[in-house]
Amino acid sequence: MSAVLAVEGVRKRFGGLEALSGCSFSVEEGSITSLIGPNGSGKTTLFNAVTGFVTPDEGEVHLRGEPIQRLTPDRIYARGLGRTFQQVRVFARLSVLENVLVATSRSSVAQGLLQRTKQSERDRAMELLRYVNIARLADVPAGSLSFGQKKLLEIATILVGEPKILLLDEPAGGVNPTMTGQIGEKIRELNGQGITFLVVEHNMEFVMGISHRVVVMARGKVIAEGSPDEVRKDPKVLEAYLGA
Amino acid sequence: MKSFNLLAVSLIALVLALLLPLLALGTSALGVVVFVLLLGVSFLAAYRDERRRTWLSALIAVAAAVAYPFVFSSTQATTIVFFALLYVAIASSWNIIGGFTGYISLGHAAFFGLGAYTIALVADRLNLPGGYGLFAVALLGGVVAGIFAVPMGFIALRLRTIHSFVIVTIAYLFMYQLLGYNLQGITNGSSGLGVPQPNWSGAFFNTPFYFAALALAVLTVALAYWIRHSRFGLGLLAIRDDEDKAAGVGVDTWKHKFAAYVISAVPVGIAGALYAYFSSYIYPQTVFDPMIDLTIVLSAFLGGMGTLLGPILGAMILQPAQQLLTYYTGAAGWDLVLFGVLFLVVILLMPSGIVPTVVERMRRVRVLEAVRKADETEGVEPNTAAGGGAR
Ligand SMILES: Nc1ncnc2c1ncn2[C@@H]1O[C@H](COP(=O)(O)OP(=O)(O)O)[C@@H](O)[C@H]1O
Ligand SMILES: [Mg+2]
Repeated sequence: MSAVLAVEGVRKRFGGLEALSGCSFSVEEGSITSLIGPNGSGKTTLFNAVTGFVTPDEGEVHLRGEPIQRLTPDRIYARGLGRTFQQVRVFARLSVLENVLVATSRSSVAQGLLQRTKQSERDRAMELLRYVNIARLADVPAGSLSFGQKKLLEIATILVGEPKILLLDEPAGGVNPTMTGQIGEKIRELNGQGITFLVVEHNMEFVMGISHRVVVMARGKVIAEGSPDEVRKDPKVLEAYLGA
Repeated sequence: MKSFNLLAVSLIALVLALLLPLLALGTSALGVVVFVLLLGVSFLAAYRDERRRTWLSALIAVAAAVAYPFVFSSTQATTIVFFALLYVAIASSWNIIGGFTGYISLGHAAFFGLGAYTIALVADRLNLPGGYGLFAVALLGGVVAGIFAVPMGFIALRLRTIHSFVIVTIAYLFMYQLLGYNLQGITNGSSGLGVPQPNWSGAFFNTPFYFAALALAVLTVALAYWIRHSRFGLGLLAIRDDEDKAAGVGVDTWKHKFAAYVISAVPVGIAGALYAYFSSYIYPQTVFDPMIDLTIVLSAFLGGMGTLLGPILGAMILQPAQQLLTYYTGAAGWDLVLFGVLFLVVILLMPSGIVPTVVERMRRVRVLEAVRKADETEGVEPNTAAGGGAR
């Protein structure tokens, strides 16, 4: 196993606050790695740094050995690294199907002007909508979906680009237990098909259930990592949560 | 496509918007009635064909526009529609950046003026006579506007917020107006520039202008239609709804916005040139005019921003109304009052504009039902806020 994603000494300062203060860890190819830590410990900021939404002040992010910390989000996506956001985000006025189709358009602007989406891409998008059980809503504006349906749509959207690595920011946040189970199931299934996962989640049962490895952050740094069992027993982890 | 009813209703509304002013101006009532009846019959005919109804409606609208100057050949009648068509082109073109991406440009009059000055200057420097040849020069006005849009878009879109974009574009407009006044050697300052006129006689004079404006309007709407249905257009709409998320799924947001901005400048430049040619004389304050931007934005806003039909409808209603007001009151300024009142009415009654409001009415029940059913059958927790997101 090799590190497909490596974060090396990343720092990010917002005014007087250092959200990331020398954060380093790596994600093994084919694994499900969870990133946990108290609120405000910098997990979302780290996702933003890895996916090009914020530029680190210092440090590097490597995707299969190549530095990506200066690339724009769309380039990083094009290299097979997809993400979801902590708050559910869909293109509210586009139809559910169009939401998924947006993510297929990876051609240049000039090509995009001359092309329409292909039938094969529509078929693939419909297939993914069926996969997450919202195919019958394909023509509905995404803004009118329920919260849970939006979460499922996000997953379908991100999958259509055939990412090799997926970063999920609190995928089980705010959904009921039945759906949390469904989401965990999908993650495991997709991992079986070869997608590497890095997941931020607060639901410990969920995290311990699906993860191969757990990385713990506190105050912008990694304070512990290891198997779910090792992390569970680590006194530093308990301290970070209680101290927060 | 559930758009037929909507399209038909809109087209009828805009035909009425054009014809009522004509009645008011004293055109034969019989002619108007016959024209409306003919259109109504064509619409009904289109209605029976399920599959091609959208295209048919569009075709009928164009056919009606082509027939119009032959039915109503008075100078007044064709002048009103000439301006309305110019604004259909301008608003539809503006919609490519303003409506599709949500980046509201309040400085597109800059391109209008650039086109206007291009035709005036080229005709002057090359000693071109008035005639059909100048229509080709009008196209050059579009090219010039497009070229100027490159550095302008580059700067206006550098900062990635809509607010800064709006401010910068307003600044552009006044900057160009100032240049128009002060670059005496080129623009002749506040004394303005003339455009050589063709020696077409009497009632025929308007006809070539009318068809030039119609061609521009049709091509611009076709361009907007094409973009709306391209991958590029999907990217633009995604940017409007959530720019970060769009970037996160691979849309090169900067290039998309930039391209949309430059493309949208071109038809506006051509429209400016046609305006200059038609009105024979231009001044900085008439072509770099904030009122143009106000009309564009209000047209798009009234009809429905980001929809294809919205800006067409908005322009067809507002432009004739504006002219009629000026004609009746004999004073400029009342159109501003009208705009203010309209703006308030639209905000209060249908904040998303005519077209989206009608579409929403038509499908709201259906959508909510579908969402609720899917939730039930798939064991997803129904969300009370489900309908709240539908706008
Ligand atoms: N764009 C930003 N500007 C200013 N402060 C920010 C920004 N993004 C995050 N922060 C701050 O950085 C810290 C880490 O936030 P975040 O990464 O969201 O933590 P987590 O996801 O672990 O809860 C918080 O104190 C937050 O307020
Ligand atoms: Mg977070």
